[in-house]
Amino acid sequence: MSDQKDSSVKPAQDSAANGEALRVIGVPRRRVDGRAKVTGQTRFADDIFLPRMAHCKLLRSPHPHARIRKIDASRALAHPGVYLVLTGKDLPIQYGILPVSQDEQALCVDRVRHVGDPVAAVIAREELTAFEALDLLDVDYEILPTISDPEEALVTPEPRIHEYGEEGNIHKLVALEFGNVEEGFAEADEIFEDTFFYQGNTHLPIEQHAAVAIKDPDGKLTIWSSTQTPHYVHRALAKVLEMPAAHIRVIATPNGGGFGGKSDPFNHEIAVAKAALLLDRPVKICLTREEVFYCHRGRHPVLMKFKTGVKKDGTITGMHLQTLIDGGAYGSYGVASTYYAGALQTTTYHIPRYRYEGCRTFTNKPPCGPKRGHGTPQPRFGQEVQLDKIAEKLQIDPAVLRLRILESPNAVTANFLRLGTVNLAECIQRVVRVSDWKEKFRKLPDGRGVGHACSAYLTGAGLPIYWNKMPHSGVQLKFDRGGGVAIFCGATEIGQGSDDVLAAIVAEVLGIEPFDVRLFTGDTDLGPVDLGSYSSRVTLMAGNAALQAAERGKALLAEAVALKLEVPKERLRFAGKRVFDFAAPEKGVSFAEAICLAEARFGTIGTVGSYTPPKSPALYKGGGVGPSPTYSYSAAVVEVEVDPTTGWVIVPRVWIAHDIGRALNPTLVRGQVEGSVYMGLGEALMEEQEFRRLPKRLSHALVHKFPSMLEYKSPTSLDMPEVITELIEEPDPRGPFGAKEVGQGPLLPIMPAVANAVYDAVGVRIDEVPITPEKILKALAAKKAGREPRFGPDHFPHVNWPEALRVPPPWEGGDGNAVNDIPHRSKPRAEKEKVFTP
Amino acid sequence: MMRLPLFEFRAPKTVEEATRILDGEGPKAMPLAGGTDLLPNMKRRQQVPKTLMSLRHIQELNRVELSDSSSRLGACLTLSEIAADPRFRNGLTALAQAASFVATPQIRNMATLGGNLCLDTRCNYYDQNYEWRKSIGFCLKKDGDTCWVAPGSSKCLAVSSTDTAPALMALGARVRLVSHSGEREVPLTELYQNDGIHYIKREPNELLTQVLLGSLHGWKSTYWKLRRRGSFDFPVLSVAAAARISQNGVVEDASIVVGSTACLPLVAMEASKSLVGRPLNQESIAEAASLAARIAKPLDNTDFDMTWRKRVTAEFVTYALRDLRGDDMRGQRLLLTRHPSNV
Amino acid sequence: MAIIPIESQKTAQIRFTLNGEEVDVAFAPYKTLLEVLREDLGHTGTKHGCELGECGACAVLLDGKPVLSCLVLALECDGRQVLTVEGLGEDAKLHPLQDAFADLGAAQCGYCTPGILVTAKALLDGNPHPSRDQIREALSGNLCRCTGYLQIFEAVEAAMVKIAERGEEAKQIPQRLA
Repeated sequence: MSDQKDSSVKPAQDSAANGEALRVIGVPRRRVDGRAKVTGQTRFADDIFLPRMAHCKLLRSPHPHARIRKIDASRALAHPGVYLVLTGKDLPIQYGILPVSQDEQALCVDRVRHVGDPVAAVIAREELTAFEALDLLDVDYEILPTISDPEEALVTPEPRIHEYGEEGNIHKLVALEFGNVEEGFAEADEIFEDTFFYQGNTHLPIEQHAAVAIKDPDGKLTIWSSTQTPHYVHRALAKVLEMPAAHIRVIATPNGGGFGGKSDPFNHEIAVAKAALLLDRPVKICLTREEVFYCHRGRHPVLMKFKTGVKKDGTITGMHLQTLIDGGAYGSYGVASTYYAGALQTTTYHIPRYRYEGCRTFTNKPPCGPKRGHGTPQPRFGQEVQLDKIAEKLQIDPAVLRLRILESPNAVTANFLRLGTVNLAECIQRVVRVSDWKEKFRKLPDGRGVGHACSAYLTGAGLPIYWNKMPHSGVQLKFDRGGGVAIFCGATEIGQGSDDVLAAIVAEVLGIEPFDVRLFTGDTDLGPVDLGSYSSRVTLMAGNAALQAAERGKALLAEAVALKLEVPKERLRFAGKRVFDFAAPEKGVSFAEAICLAEARFGTIGTVGSYTPPKSPALYKGGGVGPSPTYSYSAAVVEVEVDPTTGWVIVPRVWIAHDIGRALNPTLVRGQVEGSVYMGLGEALMEEQEFRRLPKRLSHALVHKFPSMLEYKSPTSLDMPEVITELIEEPDPRGPFGAKEVGQGPLLPIMPAVANAVYDAVGVRIDEVPITPEKILKALAAKKAGREPRFGPDHFPHVNWPEALRVPPPWEGGDGNAVNDIPHRSKPRAEKEKVFTP
Repeated sequence: MMRLPLFEFRAPKTVEEATRILDGEGPKAMPLAGGTDLLPNMKRRQQVPKTLMSLRHIQELNRVELSDSSSRLGACLTLSEIAADPRFRNGLTALAQAASFVATPQIRNMATLGGNLCLDTRCNYYDQNYEWRKSIGFCLKKDGDTCWVAPGSSKCLAVSSTDTAPALMALGARVRLVSHSGEREVPLTELYQNDGIHYIKREPNELLTQVLLGSLHGWKSTYWKLRRRGSFDFPVLSVAAAARISQNGVVEDASIVVGSTACLPLVAMEASKSLVGRPLNQESIAEAASLAARIAKPLDNTDFDMTWRKRVTAEFVTYALRDLRGDDMRGQRLLLTRHPSNV
Repeated sequence: MAIIPIESQKTAQIRFTLNGEEVDVAFAPYKTLLEVLREDLGHTGTKHGCELGECGACAVLLDGKPVLSCLVLALECDGRQVLTVEGLGEDAKLHPLQDAFADLGAAQCGYCTPGILVTAKALLDGNPHPSRDQIREALSGNLCRCTGYLQIFEAVEAAMVKIAERGEEAKQIPQRLA
């Protein structure tokens, strides 16, 4: 691909398939839930107050690793105002988000594995009473040795934090080889080996987790919860409470931010559900901010070693990535995260031979899970910074280098990910142009610099969390004689605008206004299953389901109206709340009349739509993580200023181009891009989920250094730079109206772009995230002393990697299967999890 | 949701009534001004007074008298009022700047001068919730017997985190302390001591009612604060500098105070003296900065790596001194503090 | 820690002006203004993210000034004026800030929005034409995890223009009647 290629991507046509102009899609609009949010009327979980409601507080372990010998609740139960105390024996059944790691208990039964692990629940009339009663619970612990990081976990097989996993305290080992990577290195002109470290961080949604459970008048269980995944919570509750799922209703209240932190079923949800059933009164819990840090499920700390072979012109001949991942105390999404850490490297630049080895260990800290980008920002950081080093060595401009080696649209990568539209070239060219990259790169005065990086992200995980053949998203539409349309869908509004996407798509198809549409989302009783708001799946999957349901409804209405107007139904248009003959527009009926006509002809009108992603060609074990209907692409240029005397670093400006397919609502899209950039900057510069181990001879404590919003640093309005957003819109046929994702992709290039900019500014490499003044100053001191001008990890420990699963890539005749049949370490699928049957 | 513990509430209307209450209740009663530090500490059960005594209704604590020869500032002036009052300039600029950088706009609307001067010392191990502190085994400052910053230390090493105190110390301020048995005036430089627990020489039955300043005619002052973000965060290092400079640019008198590097703000005596009789040029500034940095001994009790905080202290002092010299430091201030700062 | 069962507590009572209307409310005396607004007065529009003054979500206007309701004792509010997000509109219409926030993407998850709205209102009440820097500083005590703040600044600026236009219209009316 010539690097002089001009962008030939036309802006998205403002038209639907039939050539009619789009009226809702692509128009910057007030989001459908905007008015409720600005008037404070949106009902979040903690805003729910019910008569006779009791309050729950959880007693959490003060020890990072201990056996529970005994719990005496008698003093707590005797405290005035206390209704109930629950302990592990009341809820012993294990659960977890992934079928392969059902390792959690709502309240720990015989072991606690991190400070903050819940041990008991007190339910009382007032929240303060419940809190006071926590101190009246007498728990007898037997302290166990703790493991604080993966290197320690590797050499400390006993005591095991969990009785399952690979061995000792290694939770998961992954080894995949796509093509012979040694041959690839042999072909290379240069080999680069770099080690990087990405510190853990957390979501920090402004809204703390909260849930209210009630035994409703009929005697069934209803629970409102701030969750991104009501369907998975539903399954977990049915399992742990041993109740039919049909008698449980989970309502995901709008989340005050999620970012992946509210995607697991949680202890507190199960505890209040159980308490509500036992007490026959509503029970509420709202976690304190500190407890949110203990729920965590945030970004895994990852140590990475990249070995990459390139030709003189920058073409990659082979890549070998090893990761050491700190999983925390439980599995959560961790197995998926381990695979994700190796999956997307091949989606941006062509990598003909690729080997990935990943190791996740348990440690006695709050469990890590999915945070915006889920396992991919860490290796993307390493990949993009290494590419910057490669570009420098080969004396090629980093943007030019990337343009030379891009993957192609619709390609199937070495690890069998099928790409959709790929407009990364346009993104790079656009961002190079608007940032004046060529005038700035390596040309700014000392202390100022620009850095470039790119990334890709999934538009929805191609496979569900639990293996099944059912749709990933379903939408039901009700057509009302009054002209209103109601959407029923399990999709969850976490601020990203999923409600708006659904309303816009339906309104566009039917020729009505989003205001004419009512939404019933996130409710397992009311709407068909949508798997949840994670992996950027909702726009594409729920959107396609809504599109299908709307088209089906439109067809019924068209048939009835065509009969009435005596006009071929192909000539009918739906616009302006009318259905009319496009050849003679005055000849038509109102939308409401159209529904009545259809109802008279067919009976009650209701339609469904569903979406299942296409089958992925990645058939090997582990190939379930990475596939997606299509991928978004982003390119960023970041400008930094570094004070070489203090290492102080600020980011005055960010330019970002995002290949979005189509912006369904440009106002919301811009918000997602800027929000992603903001969060990327937070991670790049200041966010750290860090732990403190006290001197062992004095204390066994292993605690979160600062579980507060004051000390966990997130950028304020004063810390946010200018962001110039460019959208590249080539509709991708796989998405509704061509839309791809935007909620996670734009975050990924930011951290490496900052690191690359720091190098441009002061000539030091910070091969670690976050990039802080202390590290910059240390690297500058090293530079001054003639040592390597770098701050970062200097070794990758020895891991007993298993024999790699060998999967020949497509161009070597591979069919997506592994050629060496390695007996599974874990049990066969049928036993791994029970596919849920109601 | 975190909730306050139970307390009894009193709302005296005069200083006299207030001191009588303090006298009667002893250390179990605490005065409540803005509450922006006390209430969070109560929710975390770091401080659990039996009685909260609101100062809101005591009119005289809100009075301001400013003149060329002297000033009296009521202890219940809010930090917003100080930051916004155009009279706090020239000599008093450091105070206005210090007040304007505290926390956030909403907190500044509530927080008071007296409260900030009496601000509890802070530490990574102390400013934590009850359960967290219980899980590490409590610390020397509250309910425990180990200082986790330096386990060998017999003294608490919590760090002074007030912004207004370094500024006012550089300006030679005094405070009035009133109790039921009388009143006394103490130079601010003598109010604090180098102990994380007993950091302030105010008896529990004394009320800090006023800040008094002498003539600042001919003085210039400035306050610089180092912290990770542009708002919310307490200082990890601060410098207050004040000087009286003659017509021909020679320093006649100077005062440099380094904050947040010990249990109390530290007067950089040698550094201050080194400037007297000299112009503020590159050599004198560098020498003063080096002398001031020597007294700073940051510990691992706050944000940022402690060796880094030590490393940047001298450079940081030069910013304040260059500011006094009249250099245009707006760019540096914006870079460091993110505040365009119209003060 | 001595534990006094809160069951034995008497309630306190205050009378104050909430969103322009006088209210009487009885509550457990340990409660903050935040808790009384949400739990005893049913005004759940004001949110909480930390209860320690570290996020700004609970901001309300107390006698016209933005404060953190999680750090204000309800006992201290007797006789005072409180404005929350529920009281922003006038004559059954949304405040220009609310319209602008809804239209321009300044509210995504909406959780930090009430605190930012009242703080922005106080800013515009005191300074009808703030610069971008002044807006940034005024909102520096409100954390948002969704927007990255930029659309929030733009919404405040758009509201500022709208309010000025309304002011111009209002001024012209007497002339038209003459």
